[in-house]
Amino acid sequence: MTTAALSLRGRPAGRPGVLALGVSTLWLSVIVLLPLAAVVVRSTDGGWDTFWSAISSRQAVAALRFTIGVSLVATLVNVVTGTLIAWVLVRDHFRGKSLVNALIDLPFALPTIVAGLTLLALYGPTSPLGIDVAYTQFAVLLALLFVTLPFVIRSVQPVLMELDREMEEAALSLGASNGTVFRRVILPNLVPAMLGGAALAFARAVGEFGSIVLISGNIPFDTQVASMFIFKQIESDNPIGAAAISVVLLMLSLLILFGIRALGRWGARHDR
Amino acid sequence: MIAVRDVRKSFGEFVALDDVSLEIPDGSLTSLLGPSGSGKSTLLRIIAGLEQPDTGTVVIHGDDATRVPPQRRGIGFVFQHYAAFKHMTVRDNVAFGMKIRKQPKDRITARVDELLEVVGLSGYQKRYPNQLSGGQRQRMALARALAVEPRVLLLDEPFGALDAKVRAELREWLRRLHDEVHVTTVLVTHDQEEAMAISDHIAVMDHGRIEQVGAPRELYDRPANRFVMGFLGPVSQVGEQLVRPHDIEISLAPGEGARQAEVTRVVHLGFEVRVELLLEASDGEARGDEPAGRGRGSVSAQITRHEAEQLELVEGGVVWVRTTGRTAVPA
Amino acid sequence: MTVDRPWRIGLRSFALGYLALLLIVPIGLVFFRTFEHGVGAVWESITTPAAVSAFWLTITVTAIAVPLNTVFGVLCALALARGRFRGKAILDAMIDLPFAISPVVVGLALILVYGRGGWLGDLPFQVIFAVPGIVLATVFISVPFVVREVTPVLREVGDDQEQAASTLGASRWQSFWRVTLPSIRWGVAYGVVLSVARCIGEFGAVSVVSGKISGETETLTLLVEKRFQNFDIAGAYAASALLAFIALGTLLAMTRINPRREDA
Repeated sequence: MTTAALSLRGRPAGRPGVLALGVSTLWLSVIVLLPLAAVVVRSTDGGWDTFWSAISSRQAVAALRFTIGVSLVATLVNVVTGTLIAWVLVRDHFRGKSLVNALIDLPFALPTIVAGLTLLALYGPTSPLGIDVAYTQFAVLLALLFVTLPFVIRSVQPVLMELDREMEEAALSLGASNGTVFRRVILPNLVPAMLGGAALAFARAVGEFGSIVLISGNIPFDTQVASMFIFKQIESDNPIGAAAISVVLLMLSLLILFGIRALGRWGARHDR
Repeated sequence: MIAVRDVRKSFGEFVALDDVSLEIPDGSLTSLLGPSGSGKSTLLRIIAGLEQPDTGTVVIHGDDATRVPPQRRGIGFVFQHYAAFKHMTVRDNVAFGMKIRKQPKDRITARVDELLEVVGLSGYQKRYPNQLSGGQRQRMALARALAVEPRVLLLDEPFGALDAKVRAELREWLRRLHDEVHVTTVLVTHDQEEAMAISDHIAVMDHGRIEQVGAPRELYDRPANRFVMGFLGPVSQVGEQLVRPHDIEISLAPGEGARQAEVTRVVHLGFEVRVELLLEASDGEARGDEPAGRGRGSVSAQITRHEAEQLELVEGGVVWVRTTGRTAVPA
Repeated sequence: MTVDRPWRIGLRSFALGYLALLLIVPIGLVFFRTFEHGVGAVWESITTPAAVSAFWLTITVTAIAVPLNTVFGVLCALALARGRFRGKAILDAMIDLPFAISPVVVGLALILVYGRGGWLGDLPFQVIFAVPGIVLATVFISVPFVVREVTPVLREVGDDQEQAASTLGASRWQSFWRVTLPSIRWGVAYGVVLSVARCIGEFGAVSVVSGKISGETETLTLLVEKRFQNFDIAGAYAASALLAFIALGTLLAMTRINPRREDA
């Protein structure tokens, strides 16, 4: 029997065998799911009371509240500035635009600790501009803005590029001003992408650690974020308490994750 | 009336429109007909204000509209790919122009319902464009353009994205609509059958120039040049002349001005019969090439089934061929 | 629509200004401060034994994590793009998990499994506070990149070519090697570049699991932090500049690969 007959007889070539699926699932389970399960399960190692007191301690609550608050602010800023920057990158033309476009991915490529250091250089005690916001809540916001910069931009850009220009021309021919065209025709079609990018940015912001380490001062009840609080708990040899708070953070992130997916489906409901 | 005068437009090196002038009478349905790259869409978009000419003027109803933005020209524009506002319902799409003019709500609702009735989409108010077929979307686009009572309706290959059958239906429907509504309409198309079927006037364009303007029949019977003749219908070359295949007479006996020919092929296409003929050389004249490149001296004639039966044509038979001279352009 | 000139200038200025203040000026400043006292001092700073060891540790860990995740990524992408099985959506969602988890939690998770008293705490070799732990953490956080880049490519390319290959006599392995892989190579390349950047830059998870033992379990990123805490600011800048340099190299690779991705 020729190999051709063999190939045609069994599953067609190109359709992956059990191998691909099996290996993937195994890898994912051992590397990702197992450790995650450990966090969730072992957070209750000390019983429900310990769990509850860990997540309701004043310091924990303060850290969580601050984290969610500053992440929300960072996300909102990103929605506005990100959409604006995406607009400029798609619709405007100037020398050096492709360089600027490439730089948008810098926060993805740069280690977070280095990001923190660079912000500290310009906005900390040794700032040549004389701006010193180190160890303030604003510093944390700055760090988050840095690391979440690309999300909304890269989410909106492709949608803007694919936008049917004829829709805009149709609106113009019907008498709409530029502002009206933007508000009623362009923006509504960007909203799903904006929200998708915002969700990614928020999920990243609540868990951010490296860029905040140097610049925030980690002051409890002031500039301490949840990830730093968890870190301190681990250092203080309280991994179970750390796990409890991690579970809260995890649930928040997973909520966002599934939110994005639902959003994606909802946003595409008018497409065809 | 719309008057385009001495318009030139280039895109970089490419000259899209080369000194184009055209007058479009009020209330007429005029087609801009031509192959791709002829400049017809560019001309339409310049009339709309979606493009600016390099030189020349556009006058709409006596006002110089050359530098007026599209919002203020009082035009309606229909795009080949519908340009539907996909995030709005059919009702909101059609109402868009009126809403931004801040017209009262009940007036808007009434007019939208009326228009949807006219275009045959009653009951579709709450649907979204992605729930409509191509033909339905285009009708919605028409209703949308008409909602603001434009002085001029411009359509850019409006049926190009539709199936042949839908295209034929919508084209007739557009003509009937025009007859009712009487808005000056300019239609861009590359389909000569479409242009011929519904237009009052046709402007035939090629390579950025207007080759001829006139009523369909006039263009078909009295084309100004080879290009127009060839674009609007089939062409056969007999001797030094280009004629319509159906203007070639075949008879079994020689007559005045007739030339001898051999029948090479007889094809029955329903009602019409196409007869391929090989013309005998006469007076040692050089044979020109058939426009259709069918080879030297071969000619395609079109006769009716009845005529074919009467002649009892067979392949290889000898016949005499004459042109009726109704439409003839020097080759 | 064409935007009026004043608006266009305004928007452009705002965008560029924002990017300058947040991104460009801070990075520029770091490079400036680093090389302020000459290249020689910087070179010395990044060639200390601790620095060299940190560099090699980072490279080694990346060199282990990336190939592993690339193989996983391609296999998983095949399963997602071409396979038919129940639970595909779940697999798809799980891939994104590392994106949604704080790096510190990743470290904690590994401690709870492999640390003292953990579920697998009695392995014959040490994981936590040793290199294997760092590898596991780095692998965790870089899981999604190759999958996410390759899956859409596979979906778009379709399996027509593989079917043609099989009619021509190719075995499934031959088909995979000669047809499938070449069609996804730029997606893979892009995913690899993203993974490498992520692995080299990892800080939070490694911070927790490594024990930060200088010369042994200290990566480059941890070195930056340590030098800063020890007031060796120049040293921290030097190590940062090295990392930033690598990051810019990554960006360059990304820009080069991107157009190839789109054309393929």
